[in-house]
Amino acid sequence: MTIHSPSALELERRAFRRGRQRRSVLVAIASSLVFAAIVWASVINTPGWASVQQAFFDPQIALQSLPKIWDGFLINLQVLGISLVTVSAVALLIAVLRTVRGPVFFPLRVLAAAYTDLFRGLPFIIVLYLIGFGVPTIMNTRIPVVVLGVVAVTLTYSSYVAEVLRAGIEAVHPSQRLAARALGLGYVQTLRRVVLPQAVRKVTPPLMNDFISMQKDVGLISILGAIDAIAAARSSASLSYNFTPYVVAGILFILLAIPTIRVTDWYTARLREREQQGSIL
Amino acid sequence: MSGHVAASGAPVLRADDLWKSFGERDVLRGVSVSLAAHEVVALIGSSGSGKSTLLRCLGLLEPIDDGRIWLGELDISDPRVDGNRVRARLGAVFQSYNLFPHLSVLDNVTLASRVVHRMPRARAEERAHDLLARVGLAEFATAHPDRLSGGQQQRAAIVRAIATDPEVLLLDEITSALDPELVGEVLELVRALAADGTTILMATHEMAFARDVADRVVFLDEGVIVEEGTAASVFAAPQHPRTQAFLSRFSG
Repeated sequence: MTIHSPSALELERRAFRRGRQRRSVLVAIASSLVFAAIVWASVINTPGWASVQQAFFDPQIALQSLPKIWDGFLINLQVLGISLVTVSAVALLIAVLRTVRGPVFFPLRVLAAAYTDLFRGLPFIIVLYLIGFGVPTIMNTRIPVVVLGVVAVTLTYSSYVAEVLRAGIEAVHPSQRLAARALGLGYVQTLRRVVLPQAVRKVTPPLMNDFISMQKDVGLISILGAIDAIAAARSSASLSYNFTPYVVAGILFILLAIPTIRVTDWYTARLREREQQGSIL
Repeated sequence: MSGHVAASGAPVLRADDLWKSFGERDVLRGVSVSLAAHEVVALIGSSGSGKSTLLRCLGLLEPIDDGRIWLGELDISDPRVDGNRVRARLGAVFQSYNLFPHLSVLDNVTLASRVVHRMPRARAEERAHDLLARVGLAEFATAHPDRLSGGQQQRAAIVRAIATDPEVLLLDEITSALDPELVGEVLELVRALAADGTTILMATHEMAFARDVADRVVFLDEGVIVEEGTAASVFAAPQHPRTQAFLSRFSG
């Protein structure tokens, strides 16, 4: 609460700013209307639009296919939920192995590096085929598709997430390790109490990006024969000879991603606000 | 210096003929120094003279190339000694505070007590609250370090270092990164610790403070101790030409 009453000069400035603001709102409305008119004239008001609408956005088919696609989507969510845990654990292990020093750990370091090289280079679909079809064949047993999917997703995504975590670990300023060591904390204690918490905060945005990527890629388990959202959409689509079920499945995946994206934005903003440790020194 | 606990007895920390180089550069060239219990020793010298390196070597934060260091009866330069246990017995404060930004001030202060010394959280926090109150930071216990001014952060860092009752407190130019107006509050805290009998080795550019608080002054020049003695004698009548040249720059 200010007790200062603004001068005539300041009042005049404020009136000027308000005028400017009003003007920009009007300009925005006008340009939006013009843009909408152009879209309507060039896309919607064309003979092809009706067939596009029919093939991709048929509300009746959408409603019909939704229950099956939703059931399938739950399988995707299941794979996603389990993978979230397994990827976190494996990636953390790999990231830490890549940063430990000491000659004793040389083979582990090399192994971890080879792993991240291999699985970041290998197309996910090949991993899916090798795990999804290869493993049950050589073991000669039935393995639930969800398990195979989780293994494939974990193998591939752990390599990405491990590299992101490693970047975060290396981005923590050496003076933080020094301070922890000066207090008598050991290697593991320093890593757990000081380095990792800061590392994870630093790389939360890219981690969330990988998570969003993973949300989509769990849809690929449909090629293993799982009746997930995409497989359900495929069967609905072939029955109705219409592509709307794919759009429905696509919307479900988008709806899944949006909260993650928003949460990421909110979280990083909050962290910035709370822990803004300027880049001094 | 009334109320100052007198320095006495066998050395708490002693270094003999320390050598340390970074690449081709010899930073410490045969430094021997010792600290008696309750003694306050100021380490002075120009930038690059090896003050910080000496403190880090003594605190086992930097491996030495040659020489020996004893903490009490223990040769802590022996590679068979567990460095973590040694460091847990020492306290160190750095120029740039190095508080942990992801932890509250209270958690910063209690971390070593809880994790290294296995003290129950309640007891560690009780002690931390006491210490924070003593240095005027009671209201900041739950705040994160970025909410504090530089002087407050440095006081919190000192509290973090003394929370585990270290046998020796190593202070590495702890006021160098502070605005001049914030220096005083940090030095007051060090003065109080000295009066309580804390054994302190401090690298500092605050000559007036060193003269006031230190029992002994060690002048380090290009990795060699060229002069040492009581604060009064070194400041009043420096013997070595390098000391004279160095101190003349501060007698403004």
